[in-house]
Amino acid sequence: MAHDTTVPTSGHDEHHHESPVVFGFWVYLMTDCIIFGSLFAAFAVLRNQFNGGPSGHELFELSGLGLETALLLVSSITYGFGMIAAHKNEISKVIMWLGVTFLLGLGFVGLEVNEFAHMIHEGAGPDRSAFLSAFFTLVSTHGLHVTCGLIWIVTLIVQLMGTTEIPERMMNKLTCLSLFWHFLDIVWICVFTYVYLASMI
Amino acid sequence: MLGRLSLSAIPLDVPILVGTFLGVAIVGLAVLGLITYYGKWGYLWKEWFTSVDHKRLAVMYIILALVALFRGFADAIMMRTQLALAYAGNPGYLPPHHYDQIFSAHGTIMIFFLAMAFMTGLFNFVVPLQIGARDVAFPFLNNLSFWMTAIAFILVNVSLFIGEFSQCGWLAYPPLSETQFSPGVGVDYYIWAIQLSGVGTLLTGVNFFVTIVKMRAPGMTWMKMPVFTWTAFCASILIMVSFPVLTVAVALLGLDRYFGMHFFTNDGGGNQMMYLNLIWAWGHPEVYILVIPAFGVFSEVVPAFSQKPLFGYGTMVYATCAIMILSFLVWVHHFFTMGAGPDVNAFFGIATMVISIPTGVKLFNWMFTMYKGRIQFHACMYWAVGFMVTFTIGGMTGVMMAIPGADFVLHNSLFLIAHFHNVIIGGVYFGYICGMNFWFPKVMGFKLNESWGIRAFWFWFVGFYFAFVPLYVVGFQGMTRRLNHYDNPAWHPWLLVAEVGAVLILFGIVCQLTQLYVSIRDRNLPQNRDVTGDPWNARSLEWSTSSPPPVYNFALVPHVHELDAFMHDKENGIDTRRAGGPYEAIHMPKNTAAGFLVGAFSLVLGFAAVWYIWWLAAIGLIGVIGTVIARSANKDIDFYIPAEEVARIENEHSRKLMAQAAE
Repeated sequence: MAHDTTVPTSGHDEHHHESPVVFGFWVYLMTDCIIFGSLFAAFAVLRNQFNGGPSGHELFELSGLGLETALLLVSSITYGFGMIAAHKNEISKVIMWLGVTFLLGLGFVGLEVNEFAHMIHEGAGPDRSAFLSAFFTLVSTHGLHVTCGLIWIVTLIVQLMGTTEIPERMMNKLTCLSLFWHFLDIVWICVFTYVYLASMI
Repeated sequence: MLGRLSLSAIPLDVPILVGTFLGVAIVGLAVLGLITYYGKWGYLWKEWFTSVDHKRLAVMYIILALVALFRGFADAIMMRTQLALAYAGNPGYLPPHHYDQIFSAHGTIMIFFLAMAFMTGLFNFVVPLQIGARDVAFPFLNNLSFWMTAIAFILVNVSLFIGEFSQCGWLAYPPLSETQFSPGVGVDYYIWAIQLSGVGTLLTGVNFFVTIVKMRAPGMTWMKMPVFTWTAFCASILIMVSFPVLTVAVALLGLDRYFGMHFFTNDGGGNQMMYLNLIWAWGHPEVYILVIPAFGVFSEVVPAFSQKPLFGYGTMVYATCAIMILSFLVWVHHFFTMGAGPDVNAFFGIATMVISIPTGVKLFNWMFTMYKGRIQFHACMYWAVGFMVTFTIGGMTGVMMAIPGADFVLHNSLFLIAHFHNVIIGGVYFGYICGMNFWFPKVMGFKLNESWGIRAFWFWFVGFYFAFVPLYVVGFQGMTRRLNHYDNPAWHPWLLVAEVGAVLILFGIVCQLTQLYVSIRDRNLPQNRDVTGDPWNARSLEWSTSSPPPVYNFALVPHVHELDAFMHDKENGIDTRRAGGPYEAIHMPKNTAAGFLVGAFSLVLGFAAVWYIWWLAAIGLIGVIGTVIARSANKDIDFYIPAEEVARIENEHSRKLMAQAAE
């Protein structure tokens, strides 16, 4: 193959692709983004269909929402600390930060469930009006994602326990969960502004 | 305990279904018995069901697609027979609630389980080989995708014998599909089948997108990629962008039905047209997901059998990408009658007509490829040329309906039915069967019988025109779709002709089965074996391997110098395989049962949710999550094929090549 100049001929034919896991997961998240986009569109269409029921203005309370938002945003920072520790191979710190992230996420989900229970108790459940159907679906889809993230965090904590180093596969998993967790933060900011704040103005 | 499920759900009062059930049960038991008798369960489990090899998965996908073809075609010929009979005083033999299930199941099965499965099968087989890769990016997810598709198809077929299927058409428009008007389990079967197969399709899209972006052989830049790979790439992008929208649309319908929400209901502030917008924001890209890979097949087949490079490779690529983008800008043409107003309708009408330009570019490219080529009229070329004629007619009737004014007349008439069968049979089906004839020797190591292939083509081709040209006519005469009975004497003769067409297509399918049988029977005849791995003197990398390819595809990853890499190597005397080595150990993924288990638990989940058996649904869901977590903890997921084993397999193939050359 002496005439071949365009192809590196280092003698290595083995596939030296970096693992496609993180890229693949990122692409998957973009499809998830379209799910949220469609739900936002549905909410936009139905946001004023109160059917004689309560509007967002009457239902939403900013104080609880502020706390929810704070918990989720701080959990992104703590996850970031966990990733820094992972890159330094400090496993006990990774577990600690994942644990903190888990508690913050759990607090977020708990507050959300509490808010939902309160609304349903007041007769403003998802079957009350198209507006509330769209509201509950969009917000609980996000909440369901956070719950999946919590299960994922526990899974990784268990898998990390008792190990002494972080192999590439585990690093990929931590990175994917990191993408997932930050992605949910971004979605939440959109939910917070477009669903809650815009309804209260 | 069993939710809505009781013995009355089994339709013992419908003789057609009892007969079908007995037939399926007898054949099923015979197959299971034969597998047991020959002790093949272990083989099937180890070599196929748990396989992560893209070539094995491709074969399973295509078998699934052919089974779906039989089911979908049985529905089709039953509908045509009903309409041939159900004129004036004769009510026909299918009562409306049964007829409605049949046309709903026909559309659902043909699109989701014939066309999508066949397409995924072709992607699986061809794409990694064409780009010089050893597998797809995520082999386990590939296996999982297959099982999600397979169990969704099983769920649709379970609805035949337990309960009922949707009676709301293949897209289940609300408000008809809401609980108020469809209180039964039919729509719930539909919802769960679509959602579960949607998981598989979405993962397939992600998988092939990442495979093509990340795993091309060294030297294969974007514009040296074979056209079929390009079309797989574009279809994967369309899957990733559009399938989430389908998931949302059908999920919202499910929320209406399961939780009494008001997305699309008549009351509570629901908006039915939002469903139509969402479902067609998926649905229109979906038809391009299906047909673009068919274009890719023809772009491989026509050059191979014209012994010329493809005319206008660059324009072919740009046309494919243009169609990919335009497919997102036309969804409103499915419901011009919504009344969006002249400005909106004009925009979508013009956008629709614009698609005919890149499509026309492609047609001329194929024709110029044939021009002055040394054309071999192999069975593949029959399908290709038949496609060019048929698809062009279908495209032109599409442009007719893109005129909003005309569409107000033709909307939901049989003219529309004729149009989309014209493009889906003439484009998608002809394309996939063409691809099957083309790549079959690569898959199996022997060729498909040509005479039976050509007979199958003629029956399909002529049968298509007999079956669907009459529908154009009665569509113009005002016959709407989904009619169970009619009184208009002007329609009757045309519907009799259409019935003849359906019978001709039946003969076409019989010829295809005979083709498979004869080819397998005669597989060891020397003229049928594919020893060289390159039976058509073709151009892209998949033909540089042995037929069937070794499990690792390429012992040494090929280096790509030009477009049509393998033809370039052949013409310049380069050995693409670099036979003789030195070989290295090859890293491969291990087979896994996780995909099968997730599929099985998902089937339990779907079935239980359809019947409101909540404890069983919980078991299914926990099973899915548990399997995924267990898979995540499993460290034993890969192995190495030792270099000596690779050398042995490669030298064996080289020996065969030399023996063939010596003859």
